[in-house]
Amino acid sequence: MRSIFQMGIPVSGKNLFPSNIAGLPTWFTIRANKDGWIARRKEIDLLVAMNAETAREDVMNLDPKRVVVYEETLKLNQYRKDLTFFPVPFAKLATEITPDSRLRKLLANMIYVGVMGELIEIDPAEMEVALTKQFKGKAKAVALNKTALEIGRKYAKETFDKTIVPYKTQRMNATAGKIIIDGNSAAALGCMFAGVTVATWYPITPSSSLCETLADYMKDYRIEKDGKANFAIVQAEDELAAVGMAIGAGWAGARSMTSTAGPGISLMQEFIGLGYYAEIPTVIFDVTRVGPSTGLPTRTQQSDILSMVYASHGDTKHIVLLPASVSECFDMGYEAFDLAERFQTPIFVMSDLDLGMNNWMSDPFKYPKKKFDRGKVLSAEDLKKLGSFQRYGDVDGDGIPYRTLPGTNHPAASYFTRGSGHNEKAAYSERPDDYKNNMDRLAKKYETARQEVSQPEIAYNADANVGVLAFGTTHWAIIESLDQLQREYRIPLSYYRLRAVPFTKHLVEYFEKHDRVYVVEQNRDGQMAMLIKLELPTHLIGKLRNIRHYSGIPLDARFVTDAIVAAEKGEQQ
Amino acid sequence: MSTTTQQPPAAAPKNVNRLGFTMADYKGADSTLCAGCGHDAITSQIIKAFYEYGVEPHRVAKLSGIGCSSKTPAYFLSKAHGFNAVHGRMPSIATGVMLANQTLVSVGVSGDGDTASIGMGQFVHLLRRNVPMIYIIENNGVYGLTKGQFSATADLGSKAKSGVMNDLPAIDVCALAIELGCNFVARSFAGDPKQMIPLLKAALGHRGTALFDVISPCVTFNNHDGSTKSYKYAKDHEELLHEISFVPFFEQITVDYAEGETKDVELHDGSHIRLRKADKGYDPTSKVEALDTLRKCQESNEFLTGLIYINEVKPDFLTLLNMIDAPLATVSQERVQPSEADLREIMSELM
Repeated sequence: MRSIFQMGIPVSGKNLFPSNIAGLPTWFTIRANKDGWIARRKEIDLLVAMNAETAREDVMNLDPKRVVVYEETLKLNQYRKDLTFFPVPFAKLATEITPDSRLRKLLANMIYVGVMGELIEIDPAEMEVALTKQFKGKAKAVALNKTALEIGRKYAKETFDKTIVPYKTQRMNATAGKIIIDGNSAAALGCMFAGVTVATWYPITPSSSLCETLADYMKDYRIEKDGKANFAIVQAEDELAAVGMAIGAGWAGARSMTSTAGPGISLMQEFIGLGYYAEIPTVIFDVTRVGPSTGLPTRTQQSDILSMVYASHGDTKHIVLLPASVSECFDMGYEAFDLAERFQTPIFVMSDLDLGMNNWMSDPFKYPKKKFDRGKVLSAEDLKKLGSFQRYGDVDGDGIPYRTLPGTNHPAASYFTRGSGHNEKAAYSERPDDYKNNMDRLAKKYETARQEVSQPEIAYNADANVGVLAFGTTHWAIIESLDQLQREYRIPLSYYRLRAVPFTKHLVEYFEKHDRVYVVEQNRDGQMAMLIKLELPTHLIGKLRNIRHYSGIPLDARFVTDAIVAAEKGEQQ
Repeated sequence: MSTTTQQPPAAAPKNVNRLGFTMADYKGADSTLCAGCGHDAITSQIIKAFYEYGVEPHRVAKLSGIGCSSKTPAYFLSKAHGFNAVHGRMPSIATGVMLANQTLVSVGVSGDGDTASIGMGQFVHLLRRNVPMIYIIENNGVYGLTKGQFSATADLGSKAKSGVMNDLPAIDVCALAIELGCNFVARSFAGDPKQMIPLLKAALGHRGTALFDVISPCVTFNNHDGSTKSYKYAKDHEELLHEISFVPFFEQITVDYAEGETKDVELHDGSHIRLRKADKGYDPTSKVEALDTLRKCQESNEFLTGLIYINEVKPDFLTLLNMIDAPLATVSQERVQPSEADLREIMSELM
């Protein structure tokens, strides 16, 4: 993947793996094309089959005329007559390099990379550069793998006629200056540059690498000259404690965060409600996987939307940011801390397994040059001037109250935080008017947030009376599908990419301007469509159509194209 | 040889402590608990101990979970920030608070249900981490707010007000704490201010989790005959380990007792806790002896009070994390945001 990237060709890679430690079959798909499409593609052009358990099924699923490189002993050529087969004795070739059987297995993988490199004409020099980068600083590993690469290349050159392979790589200039990074690392960087000081987490797939990568970066960039850390990262005993610590730290004034996945969000519900009602900032990353329950821990989905937006019992509604790309993981990872402190509430950032754990090509991230927004915090100096303050009063008319931090040296600074009913002065109250005033102010605060959360990206198509609406990683399949629909079916479409909940005023406008809007999402029940329906005036609700993809495999463009074509056909009849 | 404590040379003005605060500065809102509740007695001891030791009220963070006991932080130190969190989860809040600002003095008030039933998970991990804070369990063996169900510290054979017998063994939070590496474990009785106040002050001088289990009778649901957490039962069965006095770091120590009569333990802040009449030769710095003594008292239905275990050597959680001295909560943007050149460097490594 890296060597294709270095040849300047747009490329994306996706790991489809089972939930186990080692041993079960794993698939890795690489997509490269001159047009720059990087969503998953359902159809495989070139299959490398190394695994006896799945090879037959994989071969049977191929379209005709596709190419299969396989371990000779699997005898895959017996199953199909309409494919091009390249048998390679990987195991035997690896034996020539090393007697170590464990190592041989790994080297066989590098041999097929060599074979592929020869067949699709990847520049050998770039493969070497990629190899050196991969095994940075390990000269012995580089040398060994180089030998394997060379053996593969030589075998293919001497044995096969590569001209019958219809797929070739050709040097381009589409990746110069780009980076390759996974979404979890990108989010971790966003947090570091947002000045996160307390990160508390519990390991869970697919989010674990977020805080782990954060810890690595923080060691490099956030240890001060005297060797002391200006941060604390704590692996908690469970998700309840992880979010509890984040909320405790947020209450005491730190920029705090936690990262988790669906089951963790379920466990955190009670604390999130406390954060909402007692108005405490923190940032929660949900790198979503397939639910319900344990579900498919290593597959992707967008099915935690409702459990985030309405997290916890009672009337709650939360702000959720929806990054679609690694650069948005960085930007929104950063932005979330400003929003949390501005609105004094838990802020969700919804990534997913596909974005979080796979490598994506991106422009380098832009340095955030703004000053941190630490929100409405009163210092001892402020209190000297004011004399007093009401923790839950709405002084500015935006629903956002002022707070003080523990440790503020002024007799009027202290207040008592509680998840039970409270009045403006933060005193315990069960009075109906106190309760209602407070809840109404919280609702007002949410209205204020509409203007300040990430705004949608809307591409109106002047020829279109039909629109698409999507969010998160669904984006990548959508843009390719829009191209397919235009080129193959002459169906012009507008596109609304949602980037946050709560919605902005643009949403209703978009529905007004189109006859139909296809909301495309990766869950069974159309969770985002439900939220949108709640927001739309009655006369617009009928315009909503819903396309749902929920197999756990990343969405591909053809699925969307086929669904829209079929639905549009139905509309014409 | 004998020792006595000496007042600081410049006599402080009357009715203020060494920092110039009055007792009123340590008080809170009026209690809404039942008249005669053990918890209110504990609240009074906290007020006195914090006043006498001399803690700036604004530097204190009062934390609690849910339950009768968890309401009490509203009844002391109204000039300190308070946080009444969710049921059984005060330890994680306390951990987060101390990570954000290690200059605060955290005092957590919990109950037996909040700690040993719903909160057991977080409680044990707080102890294991040794997060610096005072953790007071106002232990009455029942759930008061929900009308008297047994908690996990109710003794086997203890009778509820409804007549129901508790047929499960009690969790001994002190023994558990020692097992988990807690370095300050004390048990007392809400009706014994003479013992509680010096222990609370010693807890203030300790760096790490100071666990203080206080038997605090519930006058409404667990103070009848047959209860093992009643005023009468506690008084009848109390087994004092030693008499305790506290010599704060700002007072001088002089000797006035014969050697062997007292045992002094120096605390992290330079204060001393002095144990007298330790006639059984009880050594609170021995983990084995502490556990053994707890076990024996449990078997003989004795209610052991005093400083059960202390160890001033183990580093606390924040020390292990090697954080800067300034509170993380208020560090400047310049200090916590890496530079544009740093981002460029990271980006070039990803190209």
